[in-house]
Amino acid sequence: MTCLLCEKNILPEVTWRTALYPEAKVICDACNELLVAIDGPRCTRCSRSSTKGNCLDCIHWEKTPSKDSLARNYSVYPYNNFMQEIITKWKYQGDYELGNVFKKTFRIHFKRMIKTTSKAYVAVPIPLSEERQEERGFNQAAMLAEFLPIPKANYLERIGSEKQAKKSKEERMKSANPFRLKKSLNKPVILVDDIYTTGMTLRHAARVLLEQGCPNVISFTLIRS
Amino acid sequence: MIEKLTTSLYLELVKRCEGKLLLRKEIPLDEDLFHAFLGQNIFTPISSIIKTPFIKICRRCGNRKKSQFSNMYDFNKKRLIAYCRNCIQMGRVIETEPLYRWNGEPACWQKHESACTWEGQLTDAQTKASETIRDAILQQESALLVWAVCGSGKTEMLFAGIEGALRQGMRICLATPRVDVVRELLPRIQEAFSTIPIQALYGGSEEKRGSSQIIIASTHQLLRFEHAFDVVIIDELDAFPYHADTSLAFATERALKTSGTMIYLTATPRRKERRKLQWNQLKHVFVPTRYHGYPLPVPQMCMCFSLHKQLQEGTVPRAFIRWLCQRENKQRQLLIFLPTISLTEKVASQIYTILFNHKIIKDASEITSVHASDPERERKISQFRNKRLLVLVTTTILERGVTFPSVDVAIIDAGHSVFDEAALVQIAGRAGRSAEDPDGEVVFFHDGKTNAMVRAIRFIKRMNRLGGYTR
Repeated sequence: MTCLLCEKNILPEVTWRTALYPEAKVICDACNELLVAIDGPRCTRCSRSSTKGNCLDCIHWEKTPSKDSLARNYSVYPYNNFMQEIITKWKYQGDYELGNVFKKTFRIHFKRMIKTTSKAYVAVPIPLSEERQEERGFNQAAMLAEFLPIPKANYLERIGSEKQAKKSKEERMKSANPFRLKKSLNKPVILVDDIYTTGMTLRHAARVLLEQGCPNVISFTLIRS
Repeated sequence: MIEKLTTSLYLELVKRCEGKLLLRKEIPLDEDLFHAFLGQNIFTPISSIIKTPFIKICRRCGNRKKSQFSNMYDFNKKRLIAYCRNCIQMGRVIETEPLYRWNGEPACWQKHESACTWEGQLTDAQTKASETIRDAILQQESALLVWAVCGSGKTEMLFAGIEGALRQGMRICLATPRVDVVRELLPRIQEAFSTIPIQALYGGSEEKRGSSQIIIASTHQLLRFEHAFDVVIIDELDAFPYHADTSLAFATERALKTSGTMIYLTATPRRKERRKLQWNQLKHVFVPTRYHGYPLPVPQMCMCFSLHKQLQEGTVPRAFIRWLCQRENKQRQLLIFLPTISLTEKVASQIYTILFNHKIIKDASEITSVHASDPERERKISQFRNKRLLVLVTTTILERGVTFPSVDVAIIDAGHSVFDEAALVQIAGRAGRSAEDPDGEVVFFHDGKTNAMVRAIRFIKRMNRLGGYTR
């Protein structure tokens, strides 16, 4: 096997365990060490590393006049240079295969989160605009949702095609809701996306879902930046 | 439709697209116009990934490795489609999207009489090499290897050849595996040919068109070209990643026209090239002397027991400290090479304390470390060049292509496998490069000689012997 990130050869370790239950590694140990998940105390609402229980951003969200649409966010990884490199290659250059790097950890952390919340959730990936989907060939959020062991529902759709990554925080806060629901859902929803930055996109999506009669919306994201 | 384009726009388009294999999004035309061009067969689509029962081949980078191909699910076609991961940083090559080749009339490159504005003098050895290069280009010989020691003025030897090629209206590409070298070459070539437009292409360069008559490029960028140049000059032929990555050799050979001339420049040819020279399969010219006429500094070896243990603890060997304090010429700057990135920062702080205690430097800002993934790499290197830094601790990224006028060089743990023969010769070649200070100390600190070290020293001594300095 070749490591997906550094293209070095992976030498499979042979022990009784791996001989009986062979596991296919997609990245080498050196790269795996660089991919560290968020650990230690974190904000209970948005998963940012924080010792205070709730971070400043979340306190701000609570104070907004309309009720906060997103109940809670769980992220797996913090954002750093190494992660940025992978995401650039995966999302923007379109190396579809790189999504598989996160598969195992994403699942493990999902089970860890779902323990604390009830089951019977439906996963809804954040959609791309049609134009961007055409250009990229795949939707990274849908790919992440495929990793999860719960039913998926591609009920959201995005109108217009503005890039969030290029905007400042203020611009994001003011932007109009770009989502529309194709079909209403009456089950609790887990929104799946790659990055939680300000949480604006996820909240827009959650608002649309709540307005159409969805009881509860939480989100599960790969990265908290 | 096509007639609507003005002549100047059309000519620009020809220069941008001729001799390349382009993705649709790299062609600067809107959809209607592009279809008109396709209809007239000015752009020909060719399949981007060749599929045989056993292997796939990427048409752009020549990749055949199975691990470097992957599949993604296409929702429109409801099936898996293959894409190439090897050259993905230049835009994804995907099975369903063809590459386009310019099939219209070829670009007409201007003929320039005496384009060279460089007024320096060449030494006898340089003149000989420079004439050989020019003759090879003018007589359209297929390949020539220029073997010239570090600091012999390789770039200046090219000027006569480039001038001759420009007189014939040829298109020229100067390619090198190292991005640092591209950045260093651009101002030098531009100064020597001040009236000719020159573009530099590398990952992250502002210039992306690649439409000028002279192009300076990193070898990766040549993946886009096909039969585009009359002359391709490859500087630092033996540098990483060129010798290790077969797709780069594939790309440079394809970028050359069938009647074109390939010129390889190197100070340390690998065994493969040396064997070709021995068997007379490759024409070559040899320059064993530096431009200032002084011999290459010969490295000293210095044994340090328990070197590895000390490095792990984050201290430096005693012999190194002794050398640090007793250098002949303390005015010289210091370049210290280490095998790994993690060591550079540790050792840099250690060296700072030593130098500070011996009152050789006064301030922490006079010493720093740099490595390949350092975001401030360019700034630090230029600071060292401007002599605002006294000591630079580095990995092998600075082994070649960079010139500092007056430095002493130390390699700590020279026995490490990253320091192969070529790397050691190149590193030793950083010392004594200016005519004002043609000497410099080079010391290998090691805990056991390796073949690479012995061979590197033997190589340098041989070059000096061939240059006529010693018997």
